[in-house]
Amino acid sequence: MLSPSTMRIVRESGAVPNSEYLLDVEGVRKEFPGVVALDDVLFRLRRGSVHALMGENGAGKSTLMKIIAGIYTPDRGSFRLRGVDIRLESPLDALENGIAMIHQELNLMAFMTVAENIWIRREPRNRFGFVDHGVMRRMTAELFQRLNIDLDPEVEVGSLSVANRQMVEIAKAVSYDSDVLIMDEPTSALTEREVEHLFKIIRALKADGKGIVYITHKMSELFEIADEVSVFRDGRYIGTHNSRDVTRDDIIRMMVGREITQMFPKDTVPIGDVVLAAQGLSLDGVFRDVSFEVRAGEILGVAGLVGSGRSNVAETLFGVTPASSGSISIGGKPVTIDSPGTAMANGMAFLTEDRKETGCFLKLEVLENIQMAALNKGYVKSGFVTQRVLTKDCGDLSTALRIKTPDMQEPVLNLSGGNQQKVLIARWLLTKPRILILDEPTRGIDVGAKAEIHRLISKLAGEGVAVIMISSEMPEILGMSDRIMVIHEGSVTGFLDRSEADQVKIMELASH
Amino acid sequence: MAVDETVAAATTSPVKTKRRLPPEISILGVLIGLALIFEVLGWIFVGKSFLMNAERLRIIILQMSVIGIIAVGVTQVIITGGIDLSSGSVVGIAAMVAASLAQEAGYAKAVYPDLTGLPILVPVVAGLLVGLIAGIINGSLIAYTGIPPFIATLGMMVTARGLAKAYTRGQPIGVLQDDYAAVGSGLTPVIIFLSVAAIFFIALRYTRYGKFTYAIGANVQAARVSGINIGRHLIKVYAIAGLLAGLAGVVTSARVVSGQPGMGVMYELDAIAATVIGGTSLTGGVGRITGTVIGVIILGVVTSGFTFLRIDAYYQEIVKGGIIVAAVIADQYRQRRRKKA
Repeated sequence: MLSPSTMRIVRESGAVPNSEYLLDVEGVRKEFPGVVALDDVLFRLRRGSVHALMGENGAGKSTLMKIIAGIYTPDRGSFRLRGVDIRLESPLDALENGIAMIHQELNLMAFMTVAENIWIRREPRNRFGFVDHGVMRRMTAELFQRLNIDLDPEVEVGSLSVANRQMVEIAKAVSYDSDVLIMDEPTSALTEREVEHLFKIIRALKADGKGIVYITHKMSELFEIADEVSVFRDGRYIGTHNSRDVTRDDIIRMMVGREITQMFPKDTVPIGDVVLAAQGLSLDGVFRDVSFEVRAGEILGVAGLVGSGRSNVAETLFGVTPASSGSISIGGKPVTIDSPGTAMANGMAFLTEDRKETGCFLKLEVLENIQMAALNKGYVKSGFVTQRVLTKDCGDLSTALRIKTPDMQEPVLNLSGGNQQKVLIARWLLTKPRILILDEPTRGIDVGAKAEIHRLISKLAGEGVAVIMISSEMPEILGMSDRIMVIHEGSVTGFLDRSEADQVKIMELASH
Repeated sequence: MAVDETVAAATTSPVKTKRRLPPEISILGVLIGLALIFEVLGWIFVGKSFLMNAERLRIIILQMSVIGIIAVGVTQVIITGGIDLSSGSVVGIAAMVAASLAQEAGYAKAVYPDLTGLPILVPVVAGLLVGLIAGIINGSLIAYTGIPPFIATLGMMVTARGLAKAYTRGQPIGVLQDDYAAVGSGLTPVIIFLSVAAIFFIALRYTRYGKFTYAIGANVQAARVSGINIGRHLIKVYAIAGLLAGLAGVVTSARVVSGQPGMGVMYELDAIAATVIGGTSLTGGVGRITGTVIGVIILGVVTSGFTFLRIDAYYQEIVKGGIIVAAVIADQYRQRRRKKA
């Protein structure tokens, strides 16, 4: 067993034995208080290949990746890097040994520039010992050119869209000249065009002999970019196959242990009166003249490219950023929505796009997270919370949504991304809304849970709730919506009825 | 509800409540440990028992009651992710105003010669009002102008102290009524402290106000989206902190039966120290009144212990500083452990 620093010296000298597998992980076990996250896991990454990891939320994919990236240390098991046994003590160890990770929740410093973020800790210095910004800018530009990325190195990362931030993360990982690149749901916030770009980069890296570990929930991506796929379930390794040798149903069966017959259970639901109508809604500099109606029992899908302003419209509808002009009427009566409180009082609920920033109370318990919005609408008597009833209702919802948590007192911080999303959905369902606004409701959620949530949304529609669903996933939008509103650069470019909608028409409206 | 059918179809295990050790256990441990250390040191250096002295224990508790009253308010402010540096100065101005309205009937050189011999409700309410107004100003500035709490309350700290000094041009206020002095005598301050602690313990744990306070500290944006009126809530929290500082001012002047412009100096630091030692995190979203009460007692034990061991007051300050830093480090460690590996 060599120490990471010895490994680094050996690697730099070029005397590393050439092995078939870049990574060879066997018998790995990782336990947390109360939960066995991984047990007896086998994982092998070949040179010059893309190896996809699939599994439901909490199945252990992220845990395995964090072990490989040096964030966690395994309790048991062997870990061989380029044929040599090694034990990584920290993310720095991993990085110095050629393993770079791009996280699902991006790790960039918002107030520093793109260049500063990429070269942090390894800034080029001039002869006085100060950071040489000119050289840094040039190095960044070269890197971007190699990867065909079009971004200004001097721009503050905080001002970039989620998609562009991801590009910066990827560039940063590539710049470390790593052999092993781990990508955790890299396309969750990218448009089709950006995904294609990413895949081009990945194929180039593959040709260079690098190994890429690719975590995703999207089957289509798996078949397009991955050479091999390994499936995990409940912390157990199920199997590895060449992507050419398996079908979509095979993988689902391995992940879930049961057949899932319908991806988008769309029931025909009687559609009632107009519940919410927006007329000429505008927010200066962001979107203009947005008008639409939603009826009871209807699911209005909102499609558009990332950055087109869909989330902004949702935030305005919900009173987070009140409109500069235009009107909203609910149930036929005009209302002024000047705060989320007012929106909720009018029967609205809003699941935001970014669960980490504007969704979860990470430090607080699952119970507190679920009940917070409902406290504004009920469960309170003379200032005191009617906790017993509230806890029961929260518990019921938690079970119904199959939220995977040791108990209701667990800090939400410790839940997987998908389960955190379910907690937020539970929060809003508890307020018994008439109008439910969802912004990317199944982002980062596995196939099994996705279907459950879609079934739930359909059921809510069946009970007369009007649903506005922003989504960047074509199958989801096409499968769930009764009508689709497409937004392009702050304006509504068209409406499509369910019967006539298809991918091409949506993309056309979204890009003009 | 839509979820009924899906509940029936669910196959995951039922949600159960796990027993977790309350965080106060470790702080209580610190308290007991410290008390024992002083006990042992006492026998070695002074030849007397530290703890087996009812008089000393009484004095510890009395001295710390005032800090404790302030700390209960400061704890709530810190839970929201803010800070209040003005407590000590508010104690000063509240003490002055209250004392000026509590002077004995017929006292010729009273601050307000026409307002002597007033029923004690008047000076008490006046002191509370001064604190409440200071708190509302703090809260409004923070809620509606985006000034960081540190700066806003720093401004109030300086302004209130200036007001306290200007009130009577620096002259102390004396000759106060006996029934006013009663507020600060005997065990009354302790009863007031414990009552205040009990009230806000209940508030933080069982009321909507309490839940919202934690929510804002944990993630203010998420709190906003959940429908909480952040501005209005922050004003409430800072107003309460101010009110309690005002109450502390009343008790302080009653105890010493006078009003002095320098009253309350550095009290805010002691209150913040007690709060942090008690397990409240400066980053917000975490904290309990029970912890603060223990933190207050710990501070009291340390102060008294030093006096008992005849150690110079200057060294006390140094050690107190060290304890605060140690407490914050311990909190960071706790946070990291909570996050799991």
